[in-house]
Amino acid sequence: MELLTLAKQAILTPANLHDHHIEQIMARLICSAVDVADIYFQSSHSESWLLEGGIIKDGSHSIEQGVGVRAVAGDKTGFAYSDRIELPVLLAAADNVRAIVRQGQNTAVNLRQNSNNQRYYAPLNPLQSLADQQKVDLLNYVDTETRKLDSRIEEVIVSLSGVYEQILVADHAGMLAADIRPLVRMNVSVIVVDKGRREQGSMGGGGRTDYSYFFEQDRALGYAKEAVRQALVNLESSEAPAGNMTVVLGPGWPGILLHEAIGHGLEGDFNRKGTSAFSGRVGERVASNLCTVVDDGTLAGCRGSLSIDDEGTATENTVLIENGILKGYMQDKLNARLMGVKPTGNGRRESYACLPMPRMTNTYMLPGQHDPEEIIKSVKNGLYAKNFAGGQVDITSGKFVFSANEAYLIEDGKITRPVKGATLIGNGPDVLTKVSMVGNDLQLDSGVGTCGKDGQSVPVGVGQPSLKIDQITVGGTGV
Amino acid sequence: MERVFKPYKTTGNPVQNPEHIQQQINPLKDIVQRLLDEAKKQGATAAEAGLSQENGLSVTARLGEVETIEHHCDQGLGVTVYFGQRKGSASTTDLSLESIKETVNAACSIARYTSEDSFSGLPDPALLATEFPDLDLNHPWPIHADAAISLAVDCENAARNYHPEITNSEGATVNTHQGIRVLGNSLGFLQGYPSTRHSLSCSVLAQRGDSMQRDYWFSVARNPVDLELPQAVGIKAAERTLRRLAARRLPTQQCAVLFAAEVASSLLGSFIGAISGGALYRKSSFLLDALDTPIFPGFVQITEQPHLPCALGSANYDSEGVATQDRVLVEDGVLRSYVLSSYSARKLGLQTTGNAGGVRNLTITPSELDFNGMLNSLHTGLLVTELMGQGVNNVTGDYSRGAAGFWVENGVMLYPVEEITIAGNLKDMFKQLLAVGNDVDYRGNIRTGSLLLERMSLAGE
Repeated sequence: MELLTLAKQAILTPANLHDHHIEQIMARLICSAVDVADIYFQSSHSESWLLEGGIIKDGSHSIEQGVGVRAVAGDKTGFAYSDRIELPVLLAAADNVRAIVRQGQNTAVNLRQNSNNQRYYAPLNPLQSLADQQKVDLLNYVDTETRKLDSRIEEVIVSLSGVYEQILVADHAGMLAADIRPLVRMNVSVIVVDKGRREQGSMGGGGRTDYSYFFEQDRALGYAKEAVRQALVNLESSEAPAGNMTVVLGPGWPGILLHEAIGHGLEGDFNRKGTSAFSGRVGERVASNLCTVVDDGTLAGCRGSLSIDDEGTATENTVLIENGILKGYMQDKLNARLMGVKPTGNGRRESYACLPMPRMTNTYMLPGQHDPEEIIKSVKNGLYAKNFAGGQVDITSGKFVFSANEAYLIEDGKITRPVKGATLIGNGPDVLTKVSMVGNDLQLDSGVGTCGKDGQSVPVGVGQPSLKIDQITVGGTGV
Repeated sequence: MERVFKPYKTTGNPVQNPEHIQQQINPLKDIVQRLLDEAKKQGATAAEAGLSQENGLSVTARLGEVETIEHHCDQGLGVTVYFGQRKGSASTTDLSLESIKETVNAACSIARYTSEDSFSGLPDPALLATEFPDLDLNHPWPIHADAAISLAVDCENAARNYHPEITNSEGATVNTHQGIRVLGNSLGFLQGYPSTRHSLSCSVLAQRGDSMQRDYWFSVARNPVDLELPQAVGIKAAERTLRRLAARRLPTQQCAVLFAAEVASSLLGSFIGAISGGALYRKSSFLLDALDTPIFPGFVQITEQPHLPCALGSANYDSEGVATQDRVLVEDGVLRSYVLSSYSARKLGLQTTGNAGGVRNLTITPSELDFNGMLNSLHTGLLVTELMGQGVNNVTGDYSRGAAGFWVENGVMLYPVEEITIAGNLKDMFKQLLAVGNDVDYRGNIRTGSLLLERMSLAGE
């Protein structure tokens, strides 16, 4: 069945709402002074299961449903939301929101159905893709198999979660679009103990699909093996170095570098307001000519992918940096209009209860020419950072951090001993100018990223090939 | 020009009488009771349910004009059911009768698949709160959007007009929230109370040559009259931003580090994380088996005071209904108590400390030293005013985070610094605490003054 029909049946039909009601609400909401207005309906069913201490300790189920109503005039936004999808509530919300503009003629709107033809994931319901018993069996299986991997494993925690989300968005121009967004995630973390020393390791993955994903290519057990491997490496780690040095980043999740160092700084809102260290720099060199970076919401089944963004705009593959030159920003409708450019399908919101803003989808660097081994070999003394935890950026000063949790020294072109986790700190606008080698081994992360901005969390992806950065500050204790 | 002296003192602020409040709470208690009854009907041997309802207004002004007006209206309920010692949870934003049934059903259905866990279950009935004194947490602020906009504009103007180098703004925001929370369980506990929370924040940018910096300030309180004045918030935001201009880097070295009060709470947050039941029974803490051992130097006292009137962290009972009480966590540097819920306490063979949901108004006893006194004690080293990233390993205590702040010599802040990291191990860092300032930041659940640490590794140029 058509997605729009499915979403309407799930959200509007129970509330006895029809297209003409949406037109009626929209008519209250818009007037000649309003540039953008939308009504965003969301229905989200989610669940999570937790195994700990060898038992299925916890399970939870959650239903979140509501509607957000927004009117934008110039750069002014009025917004209200409710978890009650009822006509009188919506009309009152529209009146409240419309107060942001104090004059202007009311105008009418006729809805037209928008059937976006490009879909980057199937409208699956992950919660129903396995029987509850099978979900529990999967966790138990992973626990049992993980404990067999090494005698030093003391604790295993396995979690499984799924979301089935349906959205429906109507705008001032009469567009009515729908999306059905599945999302699954699994995580394995372990604590290992050896000779009184205690370390942890953690690995997970997922995407916009259903639970069958974890059975394919033995992924579930793959996470377990990787978590154990990391924890055992950390048992051997010694003091990390401190100071400026050459750092080689591994492929995949270390792409969090791009997310923090340049991604946030290239979001349209900051650049429209002139608060980003990248403001007004389109056309300038911000990276070495080896670097081409894109934000791509169209990757099939990826955690950060969307068929349409939360404003109903089709997502795209947006070139942010091409051969080192800044090409453009990521935009939602409000900021695109004020900057005189097109929306790029990056208007996202955590839920109906939050305002949309420009956000990343899957942000990654295109592969280069070098064999990863060649890159390591080229480094006399430095750090090889293979895995990372989170990161953060100050978009105005451009300073960013990301924290390695698996790293090794490089000595005379060889990876030698593992070192403890350390934070790396750099300056966004110039860190990529110091990229001197780019690997031919592009990888996307396994589907674990969550990005926070202004208190709103959304799922994102990152990726990159192996990279050599000539100089960046490593925050170890080995002074 | 006429100046409003107390902009927050709104005329016609209705004094909420207790009866009126009960009228608001009772229907919500009825819903919670219905959830508990439904759980019993569906075969649960025990259940716990909670409900929250919240309304709010948030307005932001930027460059002298309103930018956003957001009307908030949230509600949600959650239920946890037990079948013997198997457990299931469910939550929803829909409070209708039908939804109550479905939610309980979802929780019960999950409980069919979770395992017997001999430590699970409701709290010990003897520990449930039985006294509910008024903690003075409810001070609604019936401010109209227009009035809120003008406060935000005043606040932002104070920042923007403070200095010509303040060149841009992310705006000023006035936020007011009023909510009611109800908690009940099948042991007969059924309580609810209203509370409010208001804040005013401002964030501006400064530019000098190529250097662009941003900083902010905020004030938050249960009672709007306790908020800092809009002009004061704006001026502080401007001062904090300006002083960061032309920041330098520092050479890699070891030095003494003073954590300003507004970032010091994160160190105590890591301490609380390490002595929390969840981390202890999972053995994922760097402070395992640390009870009755010295963690800090002998002068350190850390207490929890959950019943402070009008304080941000106050509550009569924790998220399970267990009575909260004043208690000592660290006495003369020695760890005297963990931070436990009923479940984690049973796992550890101990009794809950009434900390399901976290600590409430945690305080580290300050010295006589004010901020300048602390700078003098630091003498030469790094003052940290901002921390970046999450580089704290809770299992090992290894600590490595991005930082910005000021280089201090002879007790004087010489110049701003940025793009550096500070690193150490929390176990050592706690032992190397030299002094606690009396410049206490009351804006959070952890109340601390600035903290001076003897030595950390600083990485820079």
